[in-house]
Amino acid sequence: MQKLTIDDLKKIKEQYAATFNLREGGYRAKVTVHMGTCGIAAGARAVMNAVVEELANGNVKDVIVTASGCAGFCSKEPMATVEILGAAPVKYCCLDAEKMKRIFREHIQQGNIVEEYALVMGSETSY
Amino acid sequence: MEDLSLHILDIAENSINAGAKKIVIRIVEDLEGDVYSISVEDDGAGIGAEILRKVEDPFFTSSPKKRFGLGIPLLKQAALECDGQFHIDSSPGEGTTLFASFKRSHIDRKPLGDLGSTMLALICGHPEIRYVLFYEKGDFRYGFDTDALKESLGDVPVNLPQVLVPVRDSINESTGGRALSLRKTDG
Repeated sequence: MQKLTIDDLKKIKEQYAATFNLREGGYRAKVTVHMGTCGIAAGARAVMNAVVEELANGNVKDVIVTASGCAGFCSKEPMATVEILGAAPVKYCCLDAEKMKRIFREHIQQGNIVEEYALVMGSETSY
Repeated sequence: MEDLSLHILDIAENSINAGAKKIVIRIVEDLEGDVYSISVEDDGAGIGAEILRKVEDPFFTSSPKKRFGLGIPLLKQAALECDGQFHIDSSPGEGTTLFASFKRSHIDRKPLGDLGSTMLALICGHPEIRYVLFYEKGDFRYGFDTDALKESLGDVPVNLPQVLVPVRDSINESTGGRALSLRKTDG
């Protein structure tokens, strides 16, 4: 990878403008990666990088990735919450980059929850 | 934490939780003085004197949801183990500056690691914040500012994955950052 130049940014800008009209506004899915100290120490950064890479490679534009803090299940980190519009959010636990990529393919793109890695479904709060 | 860039991510998350609008990260490798220093400066809520005395204690947290807070103690421990220094300057309404230094050649001094991924995680998680990064190694200087990036991007959001990935790679290219593969998940 070479250093990012102004030309590169222009190219990204043009590509984005060309596809912008395809978006109906808003997002179809939201991925929240837990970025507390526990999550970071367990590998949350790699999990977030994995999902961002998948989105960039697949040129996906209707999925938003964001960060949150410690959810109180430190031993289950890295964790991520996947929320498909209109469906209950699913919390995944003990993730790594490869697991996140599988969740991206099967849950975010195809709509099938990866039960193997899932911890809870719904939006209950833990304290 | 396996590398210094993970500590930076963790400390910057504190700044975000303190309501910062701007976070300045400085990494200085003083080759002649053999000092490796990191500072994270924010314009968040700041910390009062009473709490400031406690934040280096692992059994203190400002969060009502937890019983401990390890981010600051972990970095302090890492710095002191490497004959370094650690201090936090803050007062309410004035923001916070955290400084950690290490003896650069100390055998236990962690490598910088994947700084690009740290910046990706910060921008992606909280794109509304302005992040400024300075990196110095000997005579080499590198700077990165999300405001400048946003200006060149125009209407394109800064947290677009197609922007984040080349930004990450570009930061790593300039700072010698790379993913360490001590652990499978950090690939």
